Amino acid sequence: MGVGKILSNGIIKENPVFKLALGACPALAVTTSAQNGVGMGLAATAVLIGSNTVISLTRKLIPEKVRIPAYITIIAGFVTIVQLLLKAYLPELDKALGIFIPLIVVNCIILARAEMFASKNSVFSSVIDAVGMGAGFTLALFIIGSIREVLGNGTWFEMNLTANLFDSAKIMTLAPGGFLTFGIVIGIINKFSSTKVEHKGCSACPTPCGVASKEKGVDA
Amino acid sequence: MREIIIIVLSAVLVENFVLTKFLGICPFIGVSKKINTALGMGGAVIFVMTFAAAITKIVYDLLLEPRGLDYLSTICFILVIASLVQFVEIVLKKMVPPLYKALGIYLPLITTNCAVLGAALLGIERNYSFGVTVLFGLGAGLGFTLALVLFAGVREKLEDSDIPESLKGFSISLIAAALVSVAFFGFQGLF
Repeated sequence: MGVGKILSNGIIKENPVFKLALGACPALAVTTSAQNGVGMGLAATAVLIGSNTVISLTRKLIPEKVRIPAYITIIAGFVTIVQLLLKAYLPELDKALGIFIPLIVVNCIILARAEMFASKNSVFSSVIDAVGMGAGFTLALFIIGSIREVLGNGTWFEMNLTANLFDSAKIMTLAPGGFLTFGIVIGIINKFSSTKVEHKGCSACPTPCGVASKEKGVDA
Repeated sequence: MREIIIIVLSAVLVENFVLTKFLGICPFIGVSKKINTALGMGGAVIFVMTFAAAITKIVYDLLLEPRGLDYLSTICFILVIASLVQFVEIVLKKMVPPLYKALGIYLPLITTNCAVLGAALLGIERNYSFGVTVLFGLGAGLGFTLALVLFAGVREKLEDSDIPESLKGFSISLIAAALVSVAFFGFQGLF
């Protein structure tokens, strides 16, 4: 696969949030503003690039049976690095994202890319794939964050946008607004794309739940 | 006694993990098509979450904090949860087969449920004592189950409704979740 194809695959064709419905937790929780959304997206991208690189490098060393624990440990290592860097250099963003930084560990997107791509491809393609998927994730969070910030706070990247035109609806920055925005954005994407966004539940993330549900036939 | 009730109730209703904190959205959408599966998943989560909160608290207090290793908590906690899930699965299979039959298939799905890791991390972050941490884990699990079961009821009704083509499926589930979430905001002033 060419570089351009891998990149556009992550950003548009298989956008992790909008097309595969993965990583819904951070996509809802930290998108109270465009800035937080982009911050979360970039933090996850950094982890993804790191984990994809190491997993691709060690793909011939890790035995098949213990690969999931090994992947989780590698991912957790990179999450800790990002966590410490954010605390040191961007304490405000660290505070805004809070518990969702350590929770990148269980973000389905990262484990899914490790299992589906990095464990089967060369280091170079894995890094490109991580950049593409990370960009797709960041783009999705940026879009949801922008909609919620403009409607809920009247601002965009803390610039005053519509606050003087109409009263902002505070609920858009609260939990219900997150569900509503995400739901409607998915609806709009369904309307204009040929394939429908289908949440495959836990079977969408290939491991460990996907394997388990296939083996044991969970009706998710 | 009063304090215990307040901790559990606020974890169940006021700070509901799914509907106000956005933890565990994947299983919330994925396993809420039928009330029965929702109950099974909920039971498994309550079980694992309570134990995970207790064990991670012990690991943190006895191993990590005294040695100044608290930056390792993310790695340690996820490994503790992953092995705990395996352990619970083996023990249930041997000791309590009926319970294993009811919860078994949901157990492997729990390792990557961010609500479990979230409960462990939040308990540490808020400096709860051991007893309170366990209750917090239990309350969070109960809240997760409540949200899941209530929402499964809504989803069963949605099945027979007339929904615009492009909103069908994932999209309408999220919009319905928004309304359930609004309802939970009513608990906000409870305590």
